[in-house]
Amino acid sequence: MSVAITARDLARRFGAKWAVAGIDLDVPRAQIYGFLGPNGSGKSTTIRMLCGLLVPTRGTVTVLGHPAPKESEVVRRKLGYMTQRFSLWEDLTVRENLEFMCRVYGLGRAAIRERIADRMRRYDLEGIAAQRAGTLSGGQRQRLALGAATLHDPELLLLDEPTNAVDPQSRRDFWESLFELVGRGTTILVSTHYMDEAERCHRLAILDAGRVAAEGEPKDLARDIDAVVVEIGEIDFAAARRSLAGVGAVRSIAQLGNRLRVLLPHGTAEPARLIRAALADGNPGARVELVGASLEDVFVAATRLRGEAARPERAA
Amino acid sequence: MKWLERLAAVAAKEVRQLARDRITIGLIVGIPAIQLLLYGYAINFDVRGVQTVVLDQARSSLSRRLVGDLGVTQVLGGIRQARTDAELHELMRQGDANIAIVIPADVERRIAQGDRAALQILVDGSQPVLENVAAGLASLPFLRRPGRPAAARPVEIMVAYNPERRTAVQIVPALCGVILTMTMMVFTSTAIVRERERGNLELLITTPVSTAELMAGKLLPYVGIGLIQTTLILALGYWLFGVAIQGSLIELYLGALLFIAASLSMGLLISTVAQTQFQAIQMSLVMVLPSILMSGFMFPFEGMPKAAQWIAQVLPLTHFNEIIRGIVLRGASLADMRFELGKLSVILILMLTFAMARFRKRLD
Ligand SMILES: Nc1ncnc2c1ncn2[C@@H]1O[C@H](COP(=O)(O)OP(=O)(O)O)[C@@H](O)[C@H]1O
Ligand SMILES: [Mg+2]
Repeated sequence: MSVAITARDLARRFGAKWAVAGIDLDVPRAQIYGFLGPNGSGKSTTIRMLCGLLVPTRGTVTVLGHPAPKESEVVRRKLGYMTQRFSLWEDLTVRENLEFMCRVYGLGRAAIRERIADRMRRYDLEGIAAQRAGTLSGGQRQRLALGAATLHDPELLLLDEPTNAVDPQSRRDFWESLFELVGRGTTILVSTHYMDEAERCHRLAILDAGRVAAEGEPKDLARDIDAVVVEIGEIDFAAARRSLAGVGAVRSIAQLGNRLRVLLPHGTAEPARLIRAALADGNPGARVELVGASLEDVFVAATRLRGEAARPERAA
Repeated sequence: MKWLERLAAVAAKEVRQLARDRITIGLIVGIPAIQLLLYGYAINFDVRGVQTVVLDQARSSLSRRLVGDLGVTQVLGGIRQARTDAELHELMRQGDANIAIVIPADVERRIAQGDRAALQILVDGSQPVLENVAAGLASLPFLRRPGRPAAARPVEIMVAYNPERRTAVQIVPALCGVILTMTMMVFTSTAIVRERERGNLELLITTPVSTAELMAGKLLPYVGIGLIQTTLILALGYWLFGVAIQGSLIELYLGALLFIAASLSMGLLISTVAQTQFQAIQMSLVMVLPSILMSGFMFPFEGMPKAAQWIAQVLPLTHFNEIIRGIVLRGASLADMRFELGKLSVILILMLTFAMARFRKRLD
């Protein structure tokens, strides 16, 4: 079986609000699958439904061959879960936390000793073994949480924004660890709102308001983007923004250093000339060129361009 | 025996966390000790040494003997003689005397004829207990039996008023139940809600730990704490107030065990409802206050309205009070207490069933 998770029309409502509004998922085994989405897009709710922590309002989920939440209890032995919020015990030491998790997963004495020694080495916890978890830094906590989530060698790891509040170097190390786990056959589903992390996933689902706005390999997503990207340089930014605001086709403007990046709908006729014409008054000397889309463009296109009226992005 | 291993892991973790929580450790020992000292020493329903002033208008041998008898009772202490009515009232107003006794000049004739009150007793109404003292004095046998004042032996007065340490004897066993109700319910309900509040529960319920293992593991350490507290209260009661246990110590502990379990299951039920530790404590108080007021700890159970007596049946403390008083004071056996034990068991089973049914390994 090559699919770890399948979901069909998965939805969850809180009161009148649909946190997840009907999504389909197929997560392949032994890969890193990313959930990219802004806060409140339904990433955590989806992951919780996969764990069996929340009951779907509608739809079906199969995790490692077992339907959730009916057979979640079986799946839980093969699943590691890193919650969005640090959820180990702050008044226990690093070692005590690991020991407790081992015992709860029913490991024997010898296995406990061997696993803890291994995770301590692998995730660089040896120096802080006797330290209370509550006193750890963000990066240390995250390494401990990953160590704890992998003690029972789970087939599937669900990581909910694991790199939140973690410094860049720790994030890099963390992702190295993830690839090492995937190399040994673990399936990883990770939610994030960092573009660079999303780019490293094998596959990606961009979530927006409880729906999958785009899905695929990051490279393909950028190639198949449903928009054209125009970059503008050597201009007066304020004047350019004013001119572009009047162009109906412009869906998003973002400044990157000394350039402006403009998104227009797919199929816009001669976008470069359209932009140049719009800038003719204030910025006649502007350099305008069509460029390839980045994942960020995909994200913006997927989350903001879905057929609404032109609403230029004004954020810097 | 994987389940036992998981249960043990949860219990060991709880003990370890408790051991690091200095304040809670202090409360485990401090609450029983302080409550016992407070109730045992400060709250004393015995009345002794009430400041008294006597205005003896008769100045006869009978009136002098009356004053002497009153002094022997020890209920009244520091008896002063007032010379005039004005002086008597002055002493009362200043608070130097709380009770005034006026012996009229014709006291002998009043006692002989029995048509008018022989003595007049004035009570400081600002101190409620004193009215009872006055009522007691008024019903003294030597005042009711005209012509036989000699029958008024101090011994009879002592029986009515001064059985040695009566309050402590009543208080110590009852306090055991009150303290256990308070600590057990608050400790368990907060122990589980704390994990929810701090986000630990979300991780814990995605592990193979079952609901039963989790609950048993969390409760077990508190059973131990409850037994420690029981021991502490009984030991202090014995050393400080001389309250000896008339019945079997083992049976007493068995009864306490059942009561502790019932209180814990109540805390467990609260923990399935409360979202925060603050809510858990509030809900526990909602149970603790009626327990103190309605279980017969404060007021005699038989004196309460029928409806209140029915409500009190749901409170574990009501039944435990009967059990522990029976065993400690009357030397009763558990067999004598089977109805109370039965009711406690029913409460325990109902609470546990409700709590287990309400607790889901889910977030919604
Ligand atoms: N337990 C809950 N009760 C009510 N609303 C919730 C609950 N959990 C999540 N939501 C709502 O559902 C939406 C999606 O939340 P979430 O899945 O946490 O998003 P994300 O993890 O992507 O930030 C948000 O609007 C959030 O407010
Ligand atoms: Mg989230």
